[in-house]
Amino acid sequence: MNTQARGVGRTVWVAIRAMVLLTAALGIGYTLVITGIGQLVLPAQANGSIVTTQDGDPVGSALIGQSFSDEEGNPLPEYFQPRPSAAGDGNDGGASSGSNYGPENEDLIAAITDRKTQVAEFNGVTESEVPADAVTASSSGLDPHISAAYAAIQIDRVAEARGIPAAEVRDLVEAHTQGPDLGYLGESRVNVLELNIALNELEG
Amino acid sequence: MTLMYALLALATVAIVLAVLYRPFGDYMAWVYTSRKDWKIERGIYKVIGVDAKAEQTWQAYLRGVLAFSAVGVLIVYTLQRFQQWLPYSLGLPAPSESLSFNTAVSFVTNTNWQSYSPELTLGYTVQFAGLAVQNFVSAAVGIAVAIALVRGFAYRRSGTIGNFWVDLIRGTLRILLPIAVLGAIVLMIGGVIQNFNGFTTVTTLTGGTQTVPGGPTASQEVIKLLGTNGGGFFNANSSHPFENPTPWTSMFEILLMLAIPFSLPRTFGRMVGDNRQGVAIVSVMAVLYIASFSILTALESAGMGTAPGLAGGAMEGKEQRFGIIGSTLFATTSTGTSTGAVNSMHDSYTAMGGMMPMLNMMLGEVTPGGVGSGLYAILILAVIAVFISGLLIGRTPEYLGKKIGPREIKLAALYILVMPTLVLAGTALSFALPGVREKVESTSIWNPGIHGMSEVLYAFTSAANNNGSAFAGLTANTPWLNTALGVAMLLGRFVPIVFVLALAGSLAAQDKVPTTSGTLPTHRPMFIGLLTAVTVLVTALTFFPVLALGPLAEGLM
Repeated sequence: MNTQARGVGRTVWVAIRAMVLLTAALGIGYTLVITGIGQLVLPAQANGSIVTTQDGDPVGSALIGQSFSDEEGNPLPEYFQPRPSAAGDGNDGGASSGSNYGPENEDLIAAITDRKTQVAEFNGVTESEVPADAVTASSSGLDPHISAAYAAIQIDRVAEARGIPAAEVRDLVEAHTQGPDLGYLGESRVNVLELNIALNELEG
Repeated sequence: MTLMYALLALATVAIVLAVLYRPFGDYMAWVYTSRKDWKIERGIYKVIGVDAKAEQTWQAYLRGVLAFSAVGVLIVYTLQRFQQWLPYSLGLPAPSESLSFNTAVSFVTNTNWQSYSPELTLGYTVQFAGLAVQNFVSAAVGIAVAIALVRGFAYRRSGTIGNFWVDLIRGTLRILLPIAVLGAIVLMIGGVIQNFNGFTTVTTLTGGTQTVPGGPTASQEVIKLLGTNGGGFFNANSSHPFENPTPWTSMFEILLMLAIPFSLPRTFGRMVGDNRQGVAIVSVMAVLYIASFSILTALESAGMGTAPGLAGGAMEGKEQRFGIIGSTLFATTSTGTSTGAVNSMHDSYTAMGGMMPMLNMMLGEVTPGGVGSGLYAILILAVIAVFISGLLIGRTPEYLGKKIGPREIKLAALYILVMPTLVLAGTALSFALPGVREKVESTSIWNPGIHGMSEVLYAFTSAANNNGSAFAGLTANTPWLNTALGVAMLLGRFVPIVFVLALAGSLAAQDKVPTTSGTLPTHRPMFIGLLTAVTVLVTALTFFPVLALGPLAEGLM
């Protein structure tokens, strides 16, 4: 009994020393080494792939979707619009989240119906032309991309709002369309923020 | 086109893992059998007071596992409760007692269930000094237990099964840490962040404001996947662009999750002196993995159900850059490896599609399972399969020259019973206990109706299997779910480990029986088929009724 208790006590003492040592090495040492490498060798990525306008002002991260709406939350016609977002009040970088609505959820069904009508009207296309990504919230709520199909139905509306030829906008969309990685991983996609920055710069 | 992409993605996984299988499996076998300690390891043993040359009985080995894990729970709990005084706490207060308990247990048991939203709850210090450390060591513990069981098969007339502290330190230093350092660099190249910037506010292109989060993410991300842990630095987990920015980083993360579990069968084959045994085990894992991926991909591509049908595709809760295949491959991998990371929201999957991640877990996490835990789980099933075939042909069952007698089969059977008991009892109690039921229905469940039942079932399946993924609409941060899921995680991890180590001790003590013409060969296709069937049957018989009440009912209505 006494030897057993001593055995357990000794084991716990070993466990405590092991955990303290491993916390110092793996928690602090390892984290600092990786941070050092990131900050010295890959500072752009390690700090969040921040994008700037031509004037050098930071306007967000190339990886994080942002909204292009006015203060009332109405979409601005001169900008390409991102996917619906369930992060906070929309694209909240402090509260990433999907909607987590199930496939038969009434609220989701109603939301998709509304979005479909809104997107179709806003872009002057039929509802059948509205692709799935335009009416569904992403997993992170911060999806920076839209599908090439969703970009395509927005071209005419953006061109009209800006008073520039649709062909010019189309070329820009094409230049910002990225195929699947290595030709087969993931989907074709358009980075909305980068495209909109390029649009602004087009007009100078 | 979809089919092409799916096949190419699967082929990529298969080729990389096939190339890794031998060298990496052999390397891990060397790690756990080498007689030489590294200089730094000798230093560590000296500091912690361990005689590295002394092997332990199974009881002493188990004491080590339990003591080390108990200390881990205490440290992570304490760190959280003192969060407001820690550096880089981002002004966040200490989480509640029940949440701190749940999170501490969750990370020590290699589950990484998250009742909390990280960016709203935890500062950096708790994450890197508490959670990331457990991501390493809980993985090392899992591999250690598997290796101890393999030694049970490999040793003859031995009273010992290895030294837990040596296995723990070697697994951490020689396997996990080097890969983590390299992997973190690869992830940072892809765009994963690594800083201490906190939340910064930028003025957006339209003149609004947006919060951009920071944090030491890459260092935690890589071990979250490599150690099949799964706890995200951010709430959106591996769908957050700062955790998983591109389709190729997603593929890299998938490979990180699969590398160790799919290579350990080689380590096993090597250590028991018959590589064909490892091939048989890995074949069963691969068959089930491929089948599960195929079914899930077909279901999500078909996009059945009202909302997906209306939207024109099952894209709710999926990222555009990953698409459906990038999401289903990740989901299959994450739930089949007991990782529980997500790059899409399983709660929003089609009804039948959402059942597949659940099934992967209900199989007992063997496709290929978590680091270490996948190997010991499938070896238990192999013991059961050998026993059943022994009954069929009327001979004393034996596996790898060890007799499967009453003691062995009792331990294996007890192991099998633990997880389903926890899953079914936990789910049932959530709806049966007066007071609890009302709270679960009013506060926890997000989607009403059948889908809400599935959310609770998913939670207990995830906890008892130490997976950690969720139908994340569920609000689990309530006293009942924090406590009940915490208990399910603890028992789901350590009760099976007791049986595994007891089995290891009992097998190690035996001598090897010579192979005769009556011995069932366990490396041939027939045994692979038998083991696959046993794995599926045990699960199907146990869980069919409850699945019929949840996802099956929703999908067929």
